[in-house]
Amino acid sequence: MVEFKEDVSIVLGGAAGQGIQTVEEILTRVLKLSGYNVYANKEYMSRVRGGINTTEIRVSSKKVRAFVRRIDILIPFKRGVLPWLQNRLSENTVVLGERENVEEEFMEKITFVEVPFNKMAKDVGSALYLNTIAAGIAVGLFRGDFEILKEYLRKRFGSKGEDVVSRNIEAAEKGYNLGVKLCEEKIIGIDVKKDERVKEEVLLSGTEAIALGAIAGGMNILTFYPMSPSTGVAVFSAQHAEEFEIIVEQTEDEIAAVNMALGAWFAGARGMVTTSGGGFALMSEALSLAGMAENPIVIHLAQRPGPATGLPTRTLQSDLNLVLYSGHGEFPRIVLAPGSIEEAFYLTATAFNLADKYQVPVIILTDQYFVDTYYNVPEFDLSALKLEKHIVETDENYKRYLLTEDGISPRGIPGYGKGVIVANGNEHDEWGDITEEEDLSRLMQEKRAIKKLITMRKDAMMPELIGSEDPRYLVISWGSTYHVVKEVLENLGREDIAFLHFKWLYPLPDAVKELLEDKVLIDIEQNVTAQFAELLKKEFGVSVDHKILKYDGRPFSVEEIFDALKGVLE
Amino acid sequence: MTSPMLFEPKRPGSKDIAWCPGCGNFGIRNILRRVFAELNLTPQEVVIISGIGQAAKMPHYIKVNGYHTLHGRSLPIATAVKAANPKLTVIAEGGDGDMYAEGGNHFLHAIRRNPDITILIHDNQIYGLTKGQASPTTMLGMKTPTQPWGVFEEPFNPIALAIALDASFVARTFMGYFEKSAEIIKKAIQHKGLAIVDIFHPCVSFNKVNTYEWYNKHTYWMEDHDPYNREEAFKRAIETDPLPLGIFYIREKPTFEEQVTAYKKDKTPLWQRKPKLEEIKKILGMKKGF
Repeated sequence: MVEFKEDVSIVLGGAAGQGIQTVEEILTRVLKLSGYNVYANKEYMSRVRGGINTTEIRVSSKKVRAFVRRIDILIPFKRGVLPWLQNRLSENTVVLGERENVEEEFMEKITFVEVPFNKMAKDVGSALYLNTIAAGIAVGLFRGDFEILKEYLRKRFGSKGEDVVSRNIEAAEKGYNLGVKLCEEKIIGIDVKKDERVKEEVLLSGTEAIALGAIAGGMNILTFYPMSPSTGVAVFSAQHAEEFEIIVEQTEDEIAAVNMALGAWFAGARGMVTTSGGGFALMSEALSLAGMAENPIVIHLAQRPGPATGLPTRTLQSDLNLVLYSGHGEFPRIVLAPGSIEEAFYLTATAFNLADKYQVPVIILTDQYFVDTYYNVPEFDLSALKLEKHIVETDENYKRYLLTEDGISPRGIPGYGKGVIVANGNEHDEWGDITEEEDLSRLMQEKRAIKKLITMRKDAMMPELIGSEDPRYLVISWGSTYHVVKEVLENLGREDIAFLHFKWLYPLPDAVKELLEDKVLIDIEQNVTAQFAELLKKEFGVSVDHKILKYDGRPFSVEEIFDALKGVLE
Repeated sequence: MTSPMLFEPKRPGSKDIAWCPGCGNFGIRNILRRVFAELNLTPQEVVIISGIGQAAKMPHYIKVNGYHTLHGRSLPIATAVKAANPKLTVIAEGGDGDMYAEGGNHFLHAIRRNPDITILIHDNQIYGLTKGQASPTTMLGMKTPTQPWGVFEEPFNPIALAIALDASFVARTFMGYFEKSAEIIKKAIQHKGLAIVDIFHPCVSFNKVNTYEWYNKHTYWMEDHDPYNREEAFKRAIETDPLPLGIFYIREKPTFEEQVTAYKKDKTPLWQRKPKLEEIKKILGMKKGF
């Protein structure tokens, strides 16, 4: 018998179009409603049909929110899945499936349990029911709530008629009973505890958290040109555009998308674009306009590996330098990078207030791994959100670019007040008209690039310190690596190591420097040149002692960081 | 009617006008002030979004809201301004290079989108601000410092293109006719939907071919033309010499702002709205279950 305790990692693998996502959806939702903590993440190839796509689902007694390399239960839907995943297989891996989908050379290395999916599906009526059977087995292994599974299938297939519903339920039952039987016959042992509170939690993806956060932050217009992995935010927003009463517009290119968002803000509305690195590259011209015209904007950039088309469906944190330095001329910006679903929601909502307050671009950096990950989270506290609009009613003598001590000019909008608003991408006087006057040119540069930056830096958020206040070792990471590092530190259980998680990457508050002093700094990033470590050096003159970097387009796993950190600590 | 003087800017930077003496831009500015007054508009409810170039300096020489943006980018910005606040009268202005070269893609898609804005193209068939290079509308054979062998690329025909794309309002005028130009621009602003007005006026400094005299000789006003007849409009649009002036084509159709989900139930401009937290709550509720 192969036994799994507390935390089970199930991986489904098959061709694009084979219905893995259906299984994933049934499984995660039904298990969550049965009281299990769930986490899911997928990897997929840049193609419409074929290839190999996989999904990892962790089912656990406690909250797990990070990717593990280890596979406990594997369900392959085609040949080729095992070779694709060979580095993640061990003799403890139970493979459930058709004999023909397991290549001969793996039979010795895994525990194989034959499940005649196809035959079972045909018995129900069609090979189409294979997915439901597979989902049923997995739910059965955990003794999930079969009534919930039935209800789910009714809802999902209800529109296709009673016959389809009842056959799906039959398929699910066959699978479920087999799952239960595998446990009863002690072929597989699973010991994961349920938690009643989980049933009331929300199952949300990174993509959904960003989109909902934007809505909560008052986004009125979302503009975009489709690009993986950022498109999901637009898809979700478009599907709910009617309820939210927002505009979601697919533009002719990223240049139009970003300029539309600028226009929305100029007129007093709140605009966001969602894009990836390649799309953002096209937006850098408009980013400079935002800098010069002091036009607020929020940009969500879901990173994928570059340069150019790179690995279109995979993950990396390699666009930090792009967002820090893109655009010509000198102007400040705010760069945020959420590490959890909760952070993505609250931080995205906050991004709109920040853009409004400082009249700068605010960039939210996520990545493919982050947007495609989901897990159960406690429901958000919407009362904690504040809509802070910084729009003033103008008078006759309104000056759009009034020189002020803190570098922030009160922002008027067309049609509100007695003044007129003249915004300008040329160097300008206080009224917004073109100037080439030397004193004014200097003062305006200082206002935008220095005074405003000082103000922003004063208000910037500190990183989250997890663990000892005065550790010997300090792990530094940013954005989506949050949960994987956190889980590793819990596993390590050492007193002498702490973790500094950065969700606000730029500008950094001065007080960060003290946190970095007199410690062994270990930088963890998913890029090849340690871009964030370079930023810390530039900002504070500190150098990290160790770099743990990954850049093969795959997310860091708990095991990988555990091993790498052990290597550093010993 | 308000007074054209209401639109006379009193800002210090508005005094030093960068246009050359004799430039058609002055005439367009005078038309705008007059038409705004005739339409009983106030400076606060008008917005001019411009790109880059001499034409694009318009927001500085008139008293209305303005945003002087980037080369070729006025249309997406203007579209969003109108969508964010449909109560505003939005005009996008630029030259032939700005609208047809750098902004060519946005021009095509603005026609598809049909926001209720007016596009004024100051078409002098040359790049003036960068000192005389060919533009997309420069005529075949014209020699310039950067096309010393003479232009051999086929000139862009914005009128034919716009009609081919079924644009909502397509017109051409020549600034040698002030009154008629004013009338066309007024109709364009009044038109519901995207209104395109290609405005011929010479570049007195850099275009030695297409002078006032040349336009007088090589243009004519369309009489008895039915702008609701697309085929006829297209026939007129492909005439090359003399070039027809007037309203070529009108097609009434729903605007972008009328069709977006945001205004289906609620007509409040977007900037005055609050986030729909109760809808977020509903979705989160759904995410607890299936």
